[in-house]
Amino acid sequence: MSTTADPPAAPETLRGVIIRFAGDSGDGMQLTGDRFTSASALFGNDLVTLPEYPAEIRAPAGTVAGVSAFQVHISDHDITTPGDAPNVLVAMNPAALRSELAKLEPGATVIVNVDAFDERALAKAGYPEGHDPLTAGDLKGFNVYEVPMTSLTRQACEPLGVKPRDAERSKNFFALGLISWMYTRPEQPTIDWINQKFGSRTAVRDANLAAFRAGHAFGETAELFDHPYTVAPFEKAPGVYTSISGNTATAWGLIAASQQAKLPLFLGSYPITPASDILHELSKHKNFGVRTLQAEDEIAGIGAALGAAYGGHLAVTTTSGPGVALKSETIGLAISLELPLIIIDVQRGGPSTGLPTKTEQADLLLAMYGHHGESPLPIVAAYSPSDCFFAAIEAARIALKYRTPVFLLTDGYLANGAEPWLIPDVSTLPDISVPFTTEPNHVDDDGTPSLWPYLRDPDTLARPWVVPGTPGLEHRIGGIEKEDGRGNISYVPENHERMVHLRAEKVAGIARDIPPAEVVGDLDDAEVLLVGWGSTWGAINGAMERVQADGRRIAHVHLTHLNPFPSNLGEILHRYPKVVVPEMNMGQLSRLLRAEYLVDAKSVSKVKGLPFTAGELESAILGVLDD
Amino acid sequence: MTDTAIPVTTRKDWSSDQEPRWCPGCGDYSILAAVQMLMPDLGVRREDTVFISGIGCAARFPYYMDTYGVHTIHGRAPAIATGLAVARPDLDIWVVGGDGDMLSIGGNHLIHALRRNIDLTILMFNNQIYGLTKGQYSPTSEVGKVTKSTPLGSLDHPFNPISVALGAEASFVARTHDMDRKHMQETLKAAHAHKGAAFVEIYQNCNVFNDGAFEGITAKANRDDMLIPLVHGQPIRFGAEGQKGVMMGNDGALRIVDVAEVGEANLLVHDETDAGLAFQLSRLSHGPYEPTPIGVFRSVDRPEYAEMVAQQLAQAGEGKGPGDLQALLHSGATWTVE
Ligand code: SF4
Repeated sequence: MSTTADPPAAPETLRGVIIRFAGDSGDGMQLTGDRFTSASALFGNDLVTLPEYPAEIRAPAGTVAGVSAFQVHISDHDITTPGDAPNVLVAMNPAALRSELAKLEPGATVIVNVDAFDERALAKAGYPEGHDPLTAGDLKGFNVYEVPMTSLTRQACEPLGVKPRDAERSKNFFALGLISWMYTRPEQPTIDWINQKFGSRTAVRDANLAAFRAGHAFGETAELFDHPYTVAPFEKAPGVYTSISGNTATAWGLIAASQQAKLPLFLGSYPITPASDILHELSKHKNFGVRTLQAEDEIAGIGAALGAAYGGHLAVTTTSGPGVALKSETIGLAISLELPLIIIDVQRGGPSTGLPTKTEQADLLLAMYGHHGESPLPIVAAYSPSDCFFAAIEAARIALKYRTPVFLLTDGYLANGAEPWLIPDVSTLPDISVPFTTEPNHVDDDGTPSLWPYLRDPDTLARPWVVPGTPGLEHRIGGIEKEDGRGNISYVPENHERMVHLRAEKVAGIARDIPPAEVVGDLDDAEVLLVGWGSTWGAINGAMERVQADGRRIAHVHLTHLNPFPSNLGEILHRYPKVVVPEMNMGQLSRLLRAEYLVDAKSVSKVKGLPFTAGELESAILGVLDD
Repeated sequence: MTDTAIPVTTRKDWSSDQEPRWCPGCGDYSILAAVQMLMPDLGVRREDTVFISGIGCAARFPYYMDTYGVHTIHGRAPAIATGLAVARPDLDIWVVGGDGDMLSIGGNHLIHALRRNIDLTILMFNNQIYGLTKGQYSPTSEVGKVTKSTPLGSLDHPFNPISVALGAEASFVARTHDMDRKHMQETLKAAHAHKGAAFVEIYQNCNVFNDGAFEGITAKANRDDMLIPLVHGQPIRFGAEGQKGVMMGNDGALRIVDVAEVGEANLLVHDETDAGLAFQLSRLSHGPYEPTPIGVFRSVDRPEYAEMVAQQLAQAGEGKGPGDLQALLHSGATWTVE
């Protein structure tokens, strides 16, 4: 420890920084990243996060397979991506260094927990015998700080009487303290959080506090770093902000939809990564009248939801790709019964178990076509973590108004990624309530009033929603084809054809009830139009700025409605000389656009389980432009 | 829901305008008649009654009841009914299906509805065959069954539906058959009165693909000797003169005995709250060719699922107060930009 009393060096101001925390899955890196993010959010930065964790709950400790990382991009201006190449890496062990190093920008800062670099750990990380990356030149060109985090944490906890083994577990808070000092984050929010979170377990609380303070003090006094940095707050629109992840936003959006529809919310679900957090979040809010049922399987999850929809609830099922496959038969029934139902697919890498903790957008065609028979249904996609809130309300609005199952597509990146969100005033949310039918809607030839369960509203083509318990309207419905209007079983060929067309027209007609697609960028003279959907929004925005900085003209349209498409989309697509569709799949939207609009939509594809970086998209776009 | 008295109804009020489309002579007709005739006695309203079915001959049932009804998809009726029951505990929900629907493709949903104790009256028409798909063996068919899909005889050991239901923690389990309207109605009435999941296996003759499967025990001439009526609190005995009975041996196994030989006092007294006894009784017969118990095997009180869901909702409301959306959106860490 330094004994001199130098005045603290003034922080250097940066426009933004990308920090990556990496360690073993048992090292608490997600928590560290999350706390740093929170402190930065409270400080007022704009930010985007990218958590990445292994698929195995307990991958072998110390191996590359077990590395858990959390990337956060903080900035003093509006940003939309977690950043391409990190400027700072915090590596808690050799495996983290080995797996993350190649991702860094040249000259990046690397802070390693040097205590973890013993022979055994190096071997576990897969370094050849006798090769120590800290001395072997692997880190040439990087700005490396070797910090004995484990032993310093032990020391800090010693006066508390914490056993050294237990003390070591707090080393992530040491790292957090150090980085908090480096980037002049306010300490108090983290201290408050530790007090609140571990309040009942005083030994853990005190060890974490001691480690956090020691990390902070180490930065200040160790003379390793010449000065800290700061990133000024982003001058955002005034209002109250919170940091929100996509899954939380989805859950809150569903609760909001239930309030705006004046219907109780019912979730039938089966645990699946990365969708389970929606189930967890909703089960916490029973005081909103939310009923959650963890069903015996995916099929029962949607089955129970459909039963609740029949009973007059706002019904939802949540899942990821493999679960959608299992639900497919019930989706067909929901289309045939014409009941409101929201199916949320938090997409992940596939097929099969694929990459359960990684992101992908490869279920668009599954949502569009992955059911038996002619079975159209509307599809809504969220484009950012906070947009999941509004997308959930929109999916509910369409489901209720048109009495149809609706797909809401999000993905692993949106689900777990977080961003600051200007909390909306709930009085501005739309009223999406629809009335139940409580009176006969038809008069039989003999003059008796009766209910025709498939007599449609002339504007929306929606059928009446009659819930059991309504006297006088008892009727039977089912999955067998129904007679148009009257709703009785019908095998008449012409009737089936009419019903197939009616169901298709009903969904197609929703195009009249959704906002037109909006083009941003160089509207009049763009050389290329980017068409995106879902979570690529952030990377497309980042790439656009760069392409424009390169002196090229570019426009962007981002689709939140994928079925039906907005009615002006065809005209937009034909307005620009080139159309490029970046997707985290093999070109699913570009295929739909080609088929629907006969346009030469070029696909830019990435299927690595990771979002596009702005840089990748920039070069892909320039490639197309110079083609 | 109205507070007025339940209107007096007749069978006609509960019968829809749809002509049943089962094969002439099918056992489903007598079950339908028994149910339609029973409904006026149950003290329920048509508008609060829902029949939910899966796929199969039996699953056509809802179309013929003038109540609310949904004919869903193969095997999923218990799952769909679960959602409806949890959402709408005010309704009176019946689930109807066959042995293929409920024990094969839908086996998983059946056992989970039973263990959760959802307030459903579940009628499983067991005809030991697939009727609607024209005669393949089912999960209750006897080993060696020769059908279109098993020309050399089936190899699969059948389920014992009563054992399955008991194993699935069902709080009410009973068996009846399509040849005895009175017994059917008594059994269904008890099932309907039960709070929680009530499972009733109904032996049903498929006269087209498995004719006479149960004749050996359910035909009038055979009934006395082959059906063992279970009555709670009564010694278990059968036969035209009650000359036979069921006794528990010193080894704990159940045996069929002559009452004259062992004495009435040594007969087993049926106790529908005894889970072990119910299971043993379910194992007494291996198929409709031996003396087979009918009636209520098990009936116990266990908290009903939807009621517990409602309690949790009410408690959460009391604890946290009614949901305030604006407060929810502010429930995380927040900061203000001026
Ligand atoms: S096939 Fe058998 S079960 Fe089906 S309706 Fe005909 S007789 Fe009845």
